[in-house]
Amino acid sequence: MNCIIIDDETAARTIVSHLCSQVDSINVLEEFSNAIQAMKFLNKNTVDLIFLDIHMPDFTGFDFIETLKNPPKIVLTTSDKNFAIEAFEYDCIVDYLVKPITLPRFLKAVQKVENFSAPAPSISQESSPHKSSETSTEKEMYINIDRRLIKLEFAKIYLIEAKGDYILIKTDEKNFTVHSTLKKIEEKLPDSLFLKVHRSYIINIKKIIDIEDSSVLIARDVVPISRSNRPELMKRLNLL
Amino acid sequence: MEQPNLSYIKELSGGDASFEEKLINVVKNELPDEIVEYQNNIEIENYKLAAENVHKLKHKFGIVGLEKSYQVAIDYEAGLLEGNLDLKEEFEAILQLIHSFINEL
Repeated sequence: MNCIIIDDETAARTIVSHLCSQVDSINVLEEFSNAIQAMKFLNKNTVDLIFLDIHMPDFTGFDFIETLKNPPKIVLTTSDKNFAIEAFEYDCIVDYLVKPITLPRFLKAVQKVENFSAPAPSISQESSPHKSSETSTEKEMYINIDRRLIKLEFAKIYLIEAKGDYILIKTDEKNFTVHSTLKKIEEKLPDSLFLKVHRSYIINIKKIIDIEDSSVLIARDVVPISRSNRPELMKRLNLL
Repeated sequence: MEQPNLSYIKELSGGDASFEEKLINVVKNELPDEIVEYQNNIEIENYKLAAENVHKLKHKFGIVGLEKSYQVAIDYEAGLLEGNLDLKEEFEAILQLIHSFINEL
């Protein structure tokens, strides 16, 4: 398998290149410190596999994938576990390696690449088995505050923000700080109302006031939209 | 405080001393520039860019075997995106520790 490595960090490229050298079936054609250089290379060359860093300045790994007409198999490499769910939205992404990458985990990824033929599983099927479905009849959830279970109606929540080990839930009436993660609450929220627009923010799309290029105004809050989440947000809007 | 070590590099190299030396040299060369870039962004209060610097630096934490400190970097990165500098001193102390460790190799 001919592959390329894209990562803005030299140490990361050195490690992935070394790991590739441990596998006979992998041949590293080139290494790139940015996605633009790699795009130029791919205009003239074909590869079977890309080891791709997600978090790069100016042009993220997901932005890069969006530019590929016929993407090869891709193994993401990242220091950020938060992108794992998003990764499964791309059929070409075979695996997701969290840095620092170990040899056993790398070999497992290579095995997956070699066995890969079918599209990656969708989020609703495997990654989020407890996610509320579109047809869910649930209209509220309960949060635990000082040993009291407080009912929150989904329709009244307009924003959820990650705050370290806590999340801040903003509703029409009051704000609540809960010891939890965005990932956990995302599983409880109905898809029809909520969308993660940034690694630290989930919004109620029915409460949007306006949207600019990279931010959304929701109630009194301006929330950033990450470039990788923007296409999904635009898809969900009833655009004229 | 958790101490930097070579366990990850040794495990990765599988005994290949030339690779160990190569990787250590890469970290030695790359780390000072990343630290300066981070410090500059902190100084001009561009916390978004500083968070990106921390994101890249935290991989170095993992390379020198600092598992708990890796989590500090994750939390600090998230905090910086909100302009929160609570973990600045702790993060920078770890950074200094790694810098000294790498330079002594």
